[in-house]
Amino acid sequence: MDLAKLSLSDQAVIASAALILFTSFIMLAQARIRPLIYAFAWQGVLLALITALVALVSGQSHLYISAALTLGLKAFLIPWMLHRLAVRLNVQHEVEPLANPSILLLIGSALVIFSYYVSVPIVQFSTLVIRNTVAVSVAVVLLGMLVMVARDKAIAQVVGFMSIENGLFFAAVVSTYGMPMVVELGIAFDVLVAAVLFGVFFFQIRASIDSLDVSRLNRLREIDE
Amino acid sequence: MPNDTVLAWLLAVVQTLLFIGAAPLLAGWIKRVKCHMQNRAAPSLIQPYRDLAKLFRKELVLAENASWLFRATPYIVFAALVLAAATVPLIALSSPTAAIADVIVLVGFFALARFFLALAGLDIGTAFGGMGSSREMTIASLSEPAMLMAVFTLALTAHTTNLSEAIEHNLAAGLVLRPSFLFALLGLTMVAIAECGRIPIDNPATHLELTMVHEAMVLEYAGRNLALLEWAGQIKLMIYGVLIANIFWPWGIAETLDAAALGVGVVAIAAKLTGLGILLVVWETVIAKMRLFRVPQFLGFAFLLALLGMLTQVILETGT
Amino acid sequence: MTSLWLLLAIALFGTALLALIGHLPYAGRVSVIISAAKVAASLWLAYGVLEHGPLLSAGKLFFVDAFNVYLIVLTTFVGFTTAIFSHRYMAHEADVRGLGHRRMRLYHSMYHAFLFAMLAALVANNLGILWVAMEGATLATVLLVSIYRTPESVEAAWKYFVLCGVGIAQALFGTVLLYFAAEQVIPNRDDALLWTVLYATAGSLDPTVLTLAFVFLLIGYGTKVGLVPLHNWLPDAHSEGPTPMSAILSGLLLNVALYALVRVKMLVDGSLGTNLAGHLLMGFGLVSFMAAGLFLHRQRDIKRMFSYSSIEHMGLMTFAFGIGGTLATFGALLHMTVHSLAKSALFVTAGHVSQVAGTQRIERIRGLIRTQPALGWSLLIGTVALAGFPPFGLFASEFLVLTATINSWPWLALPLLVGLSIAFAGLFRHLQPMVYGEPPPGQTPVRVNLLPVLAHMVLLLWLGLAMPGFLADWFKQATVLITGSWDTDELL
Repeated sequence: MDLAKLSLSDQAVIASAALILFTSFIMLAQARIRPLIYAFAWQGVLLALITALVALVSGQSHLYISAALTLGLKAFLIPWMLHRLAVRLNVQHEVEPLANPSILLLIGSALVIFSYYVSVPIVQFSTLVIRNTVAVSVAVVLLGMLVMVARDKAIAQVVGFMSIENGLFFAAVVSTYGMPMVVELGIAFDVLVAAVLFGVFFFQIRASIDSLDVSRLNRLREIDE
Repeated sequence: MPNDTVLAWLLAVVQTLLFIGAAPLLAGWIKRVKCHMQNRAAPSLIQPYRDLAKLFRKELVLAENASWLFRATPYIVFAALVLAAATVPLIALSSPTAAIADVIVLVGFFALARFFLALAGLDIGTAFGGMGSSREMTIASLSEPAMLMAVFTLALTAHTTNLSEAIEHNLAAGLVLRPSFLFALLGLTMVAIAECGRIPIDNPATHLELTMVHEAMVLEYAGRNLALLEWAGQIKLMIYGVLIANIFWPWGIAETLDAAALGVGVVAIAAKLTGLGILLVVWETVIAKMRLFRVPQFLGFAFLLALLGMLTQVILETGT
Repeated sequence: MTSLWLLLAIALFGTALLALIGHLPYAGRVSVIISAAKVAASLWLAYGVLEHGPLLSAGKLFFVDAFNVYLIVLTTFVGFTTAIFSHRYMAHEADVRGLGHRRMRLYHSMYHAFLFAMLAALVANNLGILWVAMEGATLATVLLVSIYRTPESVEAAWKYFVLCGVGIAQALFGTVLLYFAAEQVIPNRDDALLWTVLYATAGSLDPTVLTLAFVFLLIGYGTKVGLVPLHNWLPDAHSEGPTPMSAILSGLLLNVALYALVRVKMLVDGSLGTNLAGHLLMGFGLVSFMAAGLFLHRQRDIKRMFSYSSIEHMGLMTFAFGIGGTLATFGALLHMTVHSLAKSALFVTAGHVSQVAGTQRIERIRGLIRTQPALGWSLLIGTVALAGFPPFGLFASEFLVLTATINSWPWLALPLLVGLSIAFAGLFRHLQPMVYGEPPPGQTPVRVNLLPVLAHMVLLLWLGLAMPGFLADWFKQATVLITGSWDTDELL
């Protein structure tokens, strides 16, 4: 495939996909809460941009609605909610010490390579010019999971969780021009409710362990002793 | 034909001379802009030339226990960097040195210069020299993989490690939104900042013992030895500047050897370097020097960027 | 058709109404009445489907066939009996644990929201909607798990939320892949996730993509089923939430998640023509079955113990669905039913037991049969039924699964038998002192309502002794749907 032969909007989709991958890495390594939320918001903006571009190229008008929904939900509403919660819980300036960021980033790179191999069979059957971005979407999902595994702060985990959602939505957009509208609306509803519930949980967690460090939620064991 | 070849070689020599001749000018420009930026009285643009000339005139003082290594190092370093400069296309592409204008050769010249500099730092046996050498090698061991990774990303796109051909390829492709280039550019820039001892890795303007890296190694040098090393440093900065400018914005570089094209080439590279210089100053003004222990993180990030560039090149731009 | 809409409308209405009046003293009764109405509507629906065949709603949004209709009836029935239990139980909890008005409203409302999500998942024709409903079920119950606000319950709820959320995200990815495969062969994009359309075109779907999709769907819905090693959330959520929640999580949510898996397996089987999906299910099922049986021994919390038993039984069902074939599938369907009944009855009992003892710690629950004989006997008989003793229904279903295993995978019968005896031993070593031991001083009876337990036990006995003809016919239809045939040779 020759990038130079693609249309400018397809090139822009690919470039934005690369930037989305970059924001995922930032989420992995960013120790401070506020920039972490900003990185997540930027990911939402890029995702909405990609969706709009794909809509423009493919002529699938329902994708414009998805793009608007993504922009509103993932780029503004949820980051705003998270930020407001961080301010109300007074953790917006907190820094979460990461044990070994370089190793984390290397594991992240390994996950990117892994997702490339996983997505080869999908990519082979697609006829879309932007099909290669499927690998990036899988990587975003896996990196989101890595964020949830590696980070202890509840807010960071929620950001990871939401970025998994981003990756899934991304996969749907670039592999099949998005899901049917009714499903997409349902998913958006679930995500919104989940975001609200996470907010409720921040307060419950802090009330119960006096911190948002979920690694200290360790009373329940597989085997009661 | 022989006439053309002679002309071409002549041009290559002129280009290299221009390169090393202009290097102090770039350093002067950066210093001047920085002073303006920080509301200080600015030195003249040609101040670095005056400094060099002064150092060349000064008496040569050597430490008593200095070996031949210490004495030879400035010449080796300077020669290595001049040769490196000769491989980088400055204003024209099709010069005869293009055949050896390979990125790996370039990295090799840098490594050679660094190796001797580090040895010279140890040679005298002072505490500062050894400390500077060890720090320099630490930084180098981290920045070299990042640089190679960034370079390979470019090479993957252009299908060559030859600088001249790679620039030609980019010129022919026109404006393409290449995410891998963006990452490679950022990674390479970070490497350049570390390698040239700029803020936030090292501050070229101070000799604070706790933080200095490059200055610690050359602390024992004086006279024309010091002049050569300073000049070599300026050439190195210029090489990185030209690399970044000509690979990522190749427009304006002369593809043919006629006067008009060459004229445009000179103006283009001057403009690009002027711009880059300003960017560097802005960066150095807004950013704070970072603790030595955080340098590995900085370079790790550069490596990550270069790696991401490589990955996006393979996954997104080549694909299956 | 009307019955289906009515069923969903009642569930939604219940959610809304109880959000307003959930704190009032008679809210529990209202909840029972609404649940009874759901049972009636679902029976009407079932009657319609059994008489007139599968039902496809206008707009193809909902689809009801013999397989899901029986789960719908089971869901509303267990929802109904648990509502009866929850009426008095939650009133007691509200007094003892000081649950305020808001939390009672939340509880009653979300109880019906959960049932709505379960029903929506069951009747959804669109696999995307199925996913949305499954996620909705998590969202509805997650705040209920933490309703007591103890550090343990908050931790359990957080784990439940995060693990199930991440797990189910994999299922969404699987759904996207499925859609991707389907979109290549189905002309109308909006139809490409409809179960009815997909099933008809399964043969032409790309096998590679579908295999990948199945793996993701297995991880996703497998998390909800509680398959080892994705089960970590399950014992926590079951043990720390209010007991009626545990009863319907164990009795219903796990079933519905398994239902989703089986539906997907039917698709993948149709596309691949191999039993790859079945083998994966068998592997996960057997591992869960064995591991959960071992974990049973090390529990000190009565509800945790029963939740590990749930994992064990879900493992067995997954294993049986994996074997495929008439006998195993029939056994798995029967086991789904009887396990739901037995497990929800046991959670109901365990809830009352912990109110009597004032704790869920097994070592502090002693001598129930002397303190409150009805409760002691319930616990004993319930556990006997759960362990698969004749004459209860679980004996019949486990026997069928075992026979099917001996028929097709003889050497797997050994681990199955070993697993059954491990689980049996695990249950009884904890049960015996709880029922017969010396009651600690100060242990006094509480007001209980054992009607749900009694009803479930009678049903279990009935299913174990003589399966009614219409039910057998029902299971037969579902088996034919899932396996594609009714092989009478296997039944001999």
